[in-house]
Amino acid sequence: MSTLIELQRATAGYAGGAVLHDIDLSIRAGERIAVMGRSGAGKTTLLNLLYERLAQRVALIPQAAALVKTLPVFHNVYMGRLDRHPTWHNLRTLVWPVRHDVAEIESVLGLVGLADKLFAKAGTLSGGQQQRASVARALYCGRRIVIGDEPVSALDRVQAAGILTELCARHETVIVALHDIPLALAHADRVVVIERGRIVLDSPTRSLTAMDLVPFYGG
Amino acid sequence: MAVDAAMQMYRRTFPSFGYLSASAVFLLTAIAALLVADLTVGTRNPWAEMGRLVSGLVRPDFPSIEVMSVVYTVAFAVLGVTLGAGAGFLLALVFAKLRSVRVLCAFLRSVHELFWALLLIQVAGLSPTTGILAVAIPYAGIFAKVFAEMIEEADLAAERALPAGTSIIARFAYARIPELAPQFWTYTLYRFECGMRSTLVLGFVGLPTIGFHLDSFFKQGHYAQAAALLFAFYVLIGTRRLWARPITVPILIIASLLALPETIGGASTATNLVRFLTHDIVPVPLRDADLSVVSTWTSAAEWLWPILWKQAAPGAVQTLVLSQIALVAMGIIALLVFPFICRRFAGPIGQPLGRVALVLVRSTPEYMLVYVLLLLLGPSMLPAIIALSLHNGAIVGYLLGRHADALEYRPDAPRGVNLYCYETTPRLYGQFLAYALYRWEIILRESAIFGILGVPTLGYYVDAAISEFRLDVAVILIVVTALLSMAIDALSRSMRRRLRIHTMPTRLSEAPCEGGVGRPIGSEKLA
Repeated sequence: MSTLIELQRATAGYAGGAVLHDIDLSIRAGERIAVMGRSGAGKTTLLNLLYERLAQRVALIPQAAALVKTLPVFHNVYMGRLDRHPTWHNLRTLVWPVRHDVAEIESVLGLVGLADKLFAKAGTLSGGQQQRASVARALYCGRRIVIGDEPVSALDRVQAAGILTELCARHETVIVALHDIPLALAHADRVVVIERGRIVLDSPTRSLTAMDLVPFYGG
Repeated sequence: MAVDAAMQMYRRTFPSFGYLSASAVFLLTAIAALLVADLTVGTRNPWAEMGRLVSGLVRPDFPSIEVMSVVYTVAFAVLGVTLGAGAGFLLALVFAKLRSVRVLCAFLRSVHELFWALLLIQVAGLSPTTGILAVAIPYAGIFAKVFAEMIEEADLAAERALPAGTSIIARFAYARIPELAPQFWTYTLYRFECGMRSTLVLGFVGLPTIGFHLDSFFKQGHYAQAAALLFAFYVLIGTRRLWARPITVPILIIASLLALPETIGGASTATNLVRFLTHDIVPVPLRDADLSVVSTWTSAAEWLWPILWKQAAPGAVQTLVLSQIALVAMGIIALLVFPFICRRFAGPIGQPLGRVALVLVRSTPEYMLVYVLLLLLGPSMLPAIIALSLHNGAIVGYLLGRHADALEYRPDAPRGVNLYCYETTPRLYGQFLAYALYRWEIILRESAIFGILGVPTLGYYVDAAISEFRLDVAVILIVVTALLSMAIDALSRSMRRRLRIHTMPTRLSEAPCEGGVGRPIGSEKLA
């Protein structure tokens, strides 16, 4: 498959200094990549770097659910496609949504188990529900690549597995930060581990076992 | 069908959507008020006069500036705000404990500076005392409340760590004052800006400040001279951070005391005060009457009834009509203008320009704006609506813009109109309502005042009573105005509590600072 992005000796960081060093990473379309590592290792910085390069083709699930809490879940999910509708339609949807959009978003919310919350105010949802609404926004956005920064961190393993299955089914390329080893091994076909701003492991899942990954999380 | 059920749910959900239904109530009230408001343009050709005004504004006649009027404007404001802040601070110390102090402060601040001035002129004449106290008295009530709130909200972690047995004064000096002093100063500086607008306007009722000269310049159509005075005022407001600093305060106070003008009219203030309190403001039927006789009280009731029915009631209705229209117009203006001072929407060049424009509008005393618009458009409610909504809309718009700049968006956030409608406005809406509801009472108080200029609100009847030397009637009407504004304040407070926006910032000095996040301004504080 075609190469989506090719990073060579890339560095990235904030004004204070580099967070990532010497990143060599090549991603092909169709890959399902789990980015792992301790918190603070540089996962979010790497995902932001990838997002910047691929922006127009990516459905993003930011780390904080980033919902507008004063609007209903429906509108938060609808936001995933604001760029694809004319502005007058977007304004009208704010006041009086069309059936077609409601039906479509209801079915997307069904995938993440939130169909009953369609018109609940986003601010009234629990942390896990907000995270699922944020995933629904990315699913509805429907771009071929999805980048998720810990998209299932607030969910139990069964729910998380369901969400990851949906993400993999509806997007061609999946790049997600995870910290649950069994989930990563079950859903990704490639694991990239970051430690102190460097890639220390980049390997296909089939040649890995849980024991290979545990050292990066232990003491 | 599932979609139908969802649509029904949507229709059911939205009416209970607190922010929206609150907004709808205000919108409907304002529309109803528009139906009964007098909005006619009385002058036949407002554009010609407007043209002369604009050509005067672009050719200000600086040599004609009466320098002393500018000096008096600043001096009255310095002394009035200092006195008000000092008294307010002392009252703030007992504010939480004594109900009587809270009621007193609520009354002091619910009477507008101009009403205080009209009453004080009866006692102290057109003197510096009148100019200073007209600002100091209502401001003491405002300062007491705001300082008390700041004391209450202060971070007390350090105070808890003080050794047991530390005296109250030491506690206050070590653990509270250092925490509070910067906030007190910021707020006092903001009040000083308001105070200068107030003392300018006092000139319109005869005190020797800028307003006195503006009054005659506008009346005679000398717009170039008026423009020069106004620009001088804008420069003073714009540069206040440079010359009003903690270190210059003593100098400003001493210089202001030295610069004060002579009193016009020589009668003793003390005798005037006694006469004022024991005779002038005592209702006519009760003056020198036998208070133990029933007939005294029936004649007092017969005296009071027409005042309430023929003056207070219609005045209150017109005041409410004006304030409801102005409040909603303010909200619409604020929501429309805030993107112009917001980096995301206006860009790095547009933002500072937008800011200057909004600060200019905000610095223009609204009383003067009404005065000018009345000259241009003729007598109706329209000038007052325009002036109130522009002035307050600029303030709220400016604040919302600062909040908008402090928002963090997800990296894939939309742009332009989509960002405005789906992210920025919904996220700021609670904060917007908090500001708007806070300004409701301020707008009401000013609506009443504009009666002095001829709009038939409560101030119209107060002014008429004073010019007939019926001070007893004037005081009754001022008390009615104060009660009305206290009622609106209470209503606004309870609405803010119901909408759960009562903990959001409402004061100008509380908004997030440039680039940083001052207080928790995450607009989504949900329980």
